Amino acid sequence: MLRFIVRRVLVSVPVLLGLSVILFMFLRLLPGGGPAEAILGQHATPQLVAQISANQGFDKPLYEQYFLYIGKLLQGDFGSSFIDGRPVAQTFLIRFPGTIELTIGAMIFAVGLGIPLGRLAARHPNGWIDGMVTVISLFGISIPVFVLGYTLAFIFGVQLHWLPTSFQLDPRLDIDPVTHFPIIDALLTGNWDNVLDAISHLLLPSIALGSIPLAVITRITRASVIEVSNEDYVRTARAKGLTNRRVDNRHIMRNAWLPVTTVIGLQTGALLAGAVLTETVFTWNGVGSWVVSSVQNHDFIVVQSLVLIFAIIFIVVNLIVDVGYAFLNPRIRYS
Amino acid sequence: MATLVAEAAAPRVSSGLWRDALRRLSRNGPALIGLFFIAVFVLGAILAPYISHFDPTVGKLTDRYQGPSLTHLMGTDKLGRDEFTRVLYGARISLTVGVTAVLFGLIGGVVVGSIAGAAGGVVDGILMRIIDVLLAVPGILLAIGIVSWLGHGEVQIILAVGISYSPQFARLLRGSLLALRESDYVTAARSMGASPARILLRHMLPNALTPLIVQATLAAATAIIDVAGLGFLGLGPGDPRIAEWGEMLTDASSFLQNYPYLIFFPGAAIVISAIGFNLLGDGLREALDPRLKR
Repeated sequence: MLRFIVRRVLVSVPVLLGLSVILFMFLRLLPGGGPAEAILGQHATPQLVAQISANQGFDKPLYEQYFLYIGKLLQGDFGSSFIDGRPVAQTFLIRFPGTIELTIGAMIFAVGLGIPLGRLAARHPNGWIDGMVTVISLFGISIPVFVLGYTLAFIFGVQLHWLPTSFQLDPRLDIDPVTHFPIIDALLTGNWDNVLDAISHLLLPSIALGSIPLAVITRITRASVIEVSNEDYVRTARAKGLTNRRVDNRHIMRNAWLPVTTVIGLQTGALLAGAVLTETVFTWNGVGSWVVSSVQNHDFIVVQSLVLIFAIIFIVVNLIVDVGYAFLNPRIRYS
Repeated sequence: MATLVAEAAAPRVSSGLWRDALRRLSRNGPALIGLFFIAVFVLGAILAPYISHFDPTVGKLTDRYQGPSLTHLMGTDKLGRDEFTRVLYGARISLTVGVTAVLFGLIGGVVVGSIAGAAGGVVDGILMRIIDVLLAVPGILLAIGIVSWLGHGEVQIILAVGISYSPQFARLLRGSLLALRESDYVTAARSMGASPARILLRHMLPNALTPLIVQATLAAATAIIDVAGLGFLGLGPGDPRIAEWGEMLTDASSFLQNYPYLIFFPGAAIVISAIGFNLLGDGLREALDPRLKR
């Protein structure tokens, strides 16, 4: 098992190196003259360009620049924003907890609803419940998160006034950002009203972001349960006279879990990308909305670093999924 | 059963398989609904100037924010432009850019995938590592990165979305080709002295095409959503006068409270066209591979 993990980590190294080369070139080959000119945009004056080029090392030979870049990355230095001058790593640590919380919320929604729906549909394939579940999952994959987000915001925020439609916490509550996880920060105040406020802010974005994984998890659960239900050992279990419940839990679900867990893991990575749009809709102060504002502000160093960081997170999540899969499925023998 | 036997006996892709697939597709209700949705948008996009006499780019400022009525079926926006007309013209951008992006990605994927799958060995290893690098950047983020680099414009969006889609096609095709390399008829062709190019083009590619066609149809649905997503993030065609569904949503988002219909109609257009391609893709999968029929 340990050997498998080590090998998987080693395989990721060339991928990340390759990506670092592409991102390094991304910044150097920006249209508009050179990297310093592109970053400065219309503020570019010869003095400023020279100053930034010297400051960032843009005037050195390319290979030297690349090794400088990699050396800094390995020390956890992802460069600094040109908008507020703050180190990317510092802002990232402040903003990432919000994205994690949103991703977890979306996953709870998608798994909590998707698995029961998939099991329900699989119980009577091609029945009316199955038909409805198919339609729901078709909508789930066909509706963009920003369309669903605004629809939810309009119904539950504007019309019904049930739920807030922006920010992680009510700014009037003045909650100290200690961990930057909104719910945990609210818990730290010891006031339940604050916690409820944090949860109410999380609901709509989680549903919007969770719609695609909900559809995918429902589909795969349905397919997987139907497939396992046709296995000989399930028929044997029923012939033995076991109760439906026992057959469902012990014989079917145990085996149907495997593809479902894989998909859950893969969707977690996809959620990170979906967060870019969701956070923009709900003015959620996470990494996703930061990507968007950085692109709009031509803050290329931040864009470059965030793409790399997202890829690292994506690779780590996939690694956890693979290891979890090997752990759950003893039939797979990784050599 | 008879058709199955006939298909199994067919030595290569014959017109029979495609005719059979077409027959199965024409009996598939959901797929026909999907085709109908797509047809409605294609016709609407082509015939837009004949369906509506309004200008999608210019409106009367005195007609701002009118609700849906007989004159303005979907109301008017902040500049008094007819929303229905803009949704129609928006279909031009969304469909052409979305579908062209998938075709571009498909061509890239087929080229890379066939080289990797047919060559194998070191070439395959190098190409697949490059694919891994592209796949390491999740979803729309790769397209965002590429557009922020290339700048605004329809061609840039096509390139960005196309590049972000090509790895999945390359992977899919390579997988099929690697499996086909060991098949009996490829061995037979090789032993008869057929050149590698001929084996690839004549024997392997035609047999590996069906999963690609299905995947490309389903990808068209997500491509339309991604193109709208880029527009929504302000990375669209770049000219604010052009009607594009994603940008229309961004424009309307500040007026959600008072003019929700400005969000509803472009939103519904994206959803319905995506549903169309998803239904057609699922139908194609069942039609092209009857074994998968549930």
